[in-house]
Amino acid sequence: MKAKLEQIKAEAIREIQNSDGLGKLNDVRVAFLGKKGELTAVLKSMKDVLPEERPVIGQLVNETRESIERLIEETKAKLEAAEREIKLKQEVIDVTLPAKKNRVGHRHPNTIALEEVENIFVGMGYEVVEGPEVEYDYYNFEALNIPANHPAKDEQDTFYINDEIVLRTQTSPVQVREMEKGKLPIRMIAPGRVFRSDEVDATHSPSFHQIEGLVVDKNITFADLKGTLAEFAKELFGEDTKVKFRPHHFPFTEPSAEVDVTCFKCGGKGCRFCKGSGWIEILGCGMVHPRVLKMSGIDPEEYSGFAFGVGLERIALLKYEIDDMRLLYENDDRFLKQF
Amino acid sequence: MNTSLSWIKAYVPDLDVTAQEYMDAMTLSGSKVEGFEKLDADLDKIVIGQITKIDKHPDADKLVVCQVNIGTNEEIQIVTGASNVREGQKVPVVLDGGRVAGGHDGKKTPGGIKIKKGKLRGVPSNGMMCSIEELGSTTDMYPEAPEEGIYIFGEDAVVGESAITALGLDDVVFEYEITSNRVDCFGVLGLAREAAATFGKDFKPPIVTATGNQEDVNDYIKVTVKDAELCPRYCARVVKNIKIAPSPQWMQRRLAAQGIRPINNIVDITNYVMEEYGQPMHAYDLDTIAGKEIVVRRAAKDEKFVTLDGQERTMDESVLMICDGEKAVGIAGIMGGENSMITDNVQTMLFEAACFDGTNIRLSSKKIGLRTDASGKFEKGLDPNNAIDAINRACQLIEELGAGEVVGGVVDAYGKVKEGRRVAFDAQKVNQLLGTEIDKETMIGYFKKIDLDYDFDKEEVIVPSWRQDLECLADLAEEVARFYGYDNIPTSLPSGEATTGKLSFKLRVEALARDTAEFCGFSQGMTYSFESPKVFDKLLIPEDSELRKTVVISNPLGEDFSIMRTISLNGMLTSLSTNFNRRNKNVRLYELGNIYLPKQIPVTELPEERMQFTLGMYGEGDFYTMKGVVEEFFDKAGLHGKESYDPQAGKPFLHPGRQANVIYEGKIVGYLGEIHPQVADNYEIKDRVYVAVIDMPEITALASFDRKYQGIAKFPAVNRDISMVMPKHILVGEVEKIFDAKGGQYLEGYELFDLYEGAQIKSGYKSVAYSLTFRAQDKTLEEADYTPAMNKILKALEELGIELRK
Repeated sequence: MKAKLEQIKAEAIREIQNSDGLGKLNDVRVAFLGKKGELTAVLKSMKDVLPEERPVIGQLVNETRESIERLIEETKAKLEAAEREIKLKQEVIDVTLPAKKNRVGHRHPNTIALEEVENIFVGMGYEVVEGPEVEYDYYNFEALNIPANHPAKDEQDTFYINDEIVLRTQTSPVQVREMEKGKLPIRMIAPGRVFRSDEVDATHSPSFHQIEGLVVDKNITFADLKGTLAEFAKELFGEDTKVKFRPHHFPFTEPSAEVDVTCFKCGGKGCRFCKGSGWIEILGCGMVHPRVLKMSGIDPEEYSGFAFGVGLERIALLKYEIDDMRLLYENDDRFLKQF
Repeated sequence: MNTSLSWIKAYVPDLDVTAQEYMDAMTLSGSKVEGFEKLDADLDKIVIGQITKIDKHPDADKLVVCQVNIGTNEEIQIVTGASNVREGQKVPVVLDGGRVAGGHDGKKTPGGIKIKKGKLRGVPSNGMMCSIEELGSTTDMYPEAPEEGIYIFGEDAVVGESAITALGLDDVVFEYEITSNRVDCFGVLGLAREAAATFGKDFKPPIVTATGNQEDVNDYIKVTVKDAELCPRYCARVVKNIKIAPSPQWMQRRLAAQGIRPINNIVDITNYVMEEYGQPMHAYDLDTIAGKEIVVRRAAKDEKFVTLDGQERTMDESVLMICDGEKAVGIAGIMGGENSMITDNVQTMLFEAACFDGTNIRLSSKKIGLRTDASGKFEKGLDPNNAIDAINRACQLIEELGAGEVVGGVVDAYGKVKEGRRVAFDAQKVNQLLGTEIDKETMIGYFKKIDLDYDFDKEEVIVPSWRQDLECLADLAEEVARFYGYDNIPTSLPSGEATTGKLSFKLRVEALARDTAEFCGFSQGMTYSFESPKVFDKLLIPEDSELRKTVVISNPLGEDFSIMRTISLNGMLTSLSTNFNRRNKNVRLYELGNIYLPKQIPVTELPEERMQFTLGMYGEGDFYTMKGVVEEFFDKAGLHGKESYDPQAGKPFLHPGRQANVIYEGKIVGYLGEIHPQVADNYEIKDRVYVAVIDMPEITALASFDRKYQGIAKFPAVNRDISMVMPKHILVGEVEKIFDAKGGQYLEGYELFDLYEGAQIKSGYKSVAYSLTFRAQDKTLEEADYTPAMNKILKALEELGIELRK
């Protein structure tokens, strides 16, 4: 019996070692350990063993079984590992094949630039507000200290609907509408579409966008205006950006200024981009004219304020180095995809 | 406005700056210099030489060999092809290694042309004699220069000296951007005053001396101003025995540097004083003035007048005319008449320096369609006190140049004298506005520099009449700021009450629309708000449609930009068309832009501006793709209810069988569909185009950013499938309505999983299969829980004529 068991064991070991796959190994397991297997057959023949030998033989059978089982498990693990290895090798892919992209759309460069500006000012406590694009002459001109027949009205090449209604030439009328609400202090920016009768070319469009800014409070100074816009320029164009304020004239601000920033292409050294000057003009600003405050119902003796206006397209063209304004309104997919 | 540096220096003699320094400093003090041109930028090593000897060239008929003295007794040999050279002449000579600005054909070469020693047909030539064109100018600006050939200097030219200096080309011309409030800076004197103040030098304007003979101008001319509103001042002087001649070279040079062509002494003096004082003047041939009188009056309606350019022009009653005893002789401030113009035979002339109402000149000039240098100046609103100085200055120049005999006295029709203004001054308030700590004396010092006096007793700044822009303290603050230096003002941030930065709710919902569209593959486009009325035909919109009632621009850029859009589709379709024509595949665009709906026609109040969220696409995707985007957006905007779709949208521009109004909570909030093939043809898009237009005000009213957590179901769901065969005309929406109505409390959702029309199904029918999901929040459902609902659904479906398949 004992010899028989030894023989079975040796046979099993040989068979297991010869198994070259999980299927074969399973066949071996069934052949030796299964219901009709050889070891099971030995157990079944225990009745022929002498009762006093049974515990010894029984233990021997169990030991044999265990060692076969153990060997099968070990071999199985090895074979599984080998098979996985083969599978992994078979599954190698060409990672340089084209990506399967989820088609995501692209935001208009104007909007990207606008959002940057909005984020800067919202962070400084400004509310983003809007006003009508078709506007009363009063708000677009008169309330901004541009009375009837003022040459500035001609300069701005206004589109008229009738004598009283125009397509707004600037976002400045939103200032007036906000001031008229009478809620002070005011810190607002008003982005939006404006219109001037310029023929379409690489640098002109009859429809474009501005961002108006207005702060009205007690003790607002020109120094505050300078500080605010210097901060804005740094945020928008980079920490090293410097600003230059040049005296200018706008009917609705006094004192008024135009603001240049150091060319972000050459850092102020002078290049083709800034026409050699090292500076790029980006906005107009000034202290709100006392007459404008008064017309909107704010006492200029008590309150002062500053206002500024930025051309959105100008920022977008500069920032993204777009050389033709017409691209912004053609909506060519190949253009939009770049943003 | 342009000025040459030399002319500025004539009134600021101590000014010693480079062109760049001048440009920078003037810009920072408020007179913006846009740029400058150095007239001698491309000229180098050019001297005055004298031709001592001319010999024939041994090998060329058309060339001569000149010996030229270039000073210090040095002679060089130059071969030239010019035919106007003679022995003894003094000419500009560019030496070996020097540069000229261009060829003698007048074509300039950027950077200039280098001249080197060489041989011409075997004869050494060590330089070049120059024509005025080679020196970068023209015979227009240098009338004494010959049309062809070498420039010849006058006999007083000094051999060996710089020809550039002798020709006045050692000058810089600055181009300014003068703002409309600084009328005084549209003249050289005004800018010189600013330059003197900017650089801290003395301003020395010309001293205008008394002029005129013993006669009385009143014996020559009488002036009547009938409309003093439009003509606050009219000054007239008379010059007789006129001797028309070229003006002296110094005057020609100054005018040339400004880009003004010298003509003759009278014209040049008029132009010179206009540049100097910013005051336009006009000269009439007094012998053509009937009745020896000038009447300033408004034109009659449809009055015809021939201006000195020979054009007949038609006036109306608002246009101011200069007339004599019988007829009009000029349009005030715009252009004189052909009938009274100065000719070379003029004997006696009438000089006019007047002040006209700026607005009237601007409007008249527009009406007549004639804008001149003079009208451009008058329309800014000139200082009447300047007129008398200008006319006296002109007469002074007439005498100095010997151009005629000035008659004594001035006819000066000056109604209400324009006085200077007094503006209350408070240094502390100025500092408060600027955020500075500048002392009062410094501020008053700044005022003095620009001829603003200060009244210490009344604490008022006395503003002369030429600074009409200074009206209030803020204006004075700007004067302080620009001379203190904008750069020197400190920087700070607004103090005071903190405010919350935020976007309006409307803008937040729009941002959500952008996000959703982009996630769904749509890129943002922008199109114009105005378009052509023809788009309605393109979009097959009927004649009587409300959409054709538009806000019309009265002065559009053209018909194509003449109406404010009442529908957003034209912009979208045009953009898609552009893409299609450029062979871009699978294009998806969206736009957020307003439409403008008039409240009444004609428009008397502001139109309603409604933000439209417009989506458009061609290529991949279909109606249901577009529908998915719409629903995705609604869901994101917190519209969690169920949208319904009404195929009876009645949109003529959409495919009649593939369009729907989007309905939410019973309201039409937008529409979507496939573009009608005819419309697609009109836009030349040869593909199916799908669009959706969402009316954003409706969405903004319904949108919410509030979210409430619902709890994740813990108990298993039960799925039941329903397979149906139904007539094609029944919309699946009807079926879903039944699910919603009859599904009971446990119906969690349903999903279409099969739709089939074709051979397997009898014609006119379609097969539809839905999977329904039932679930309870608090227990595992038993069959008895959902069977009643299922039965109700099945019954209702059968009542609709739907066959159920087992």
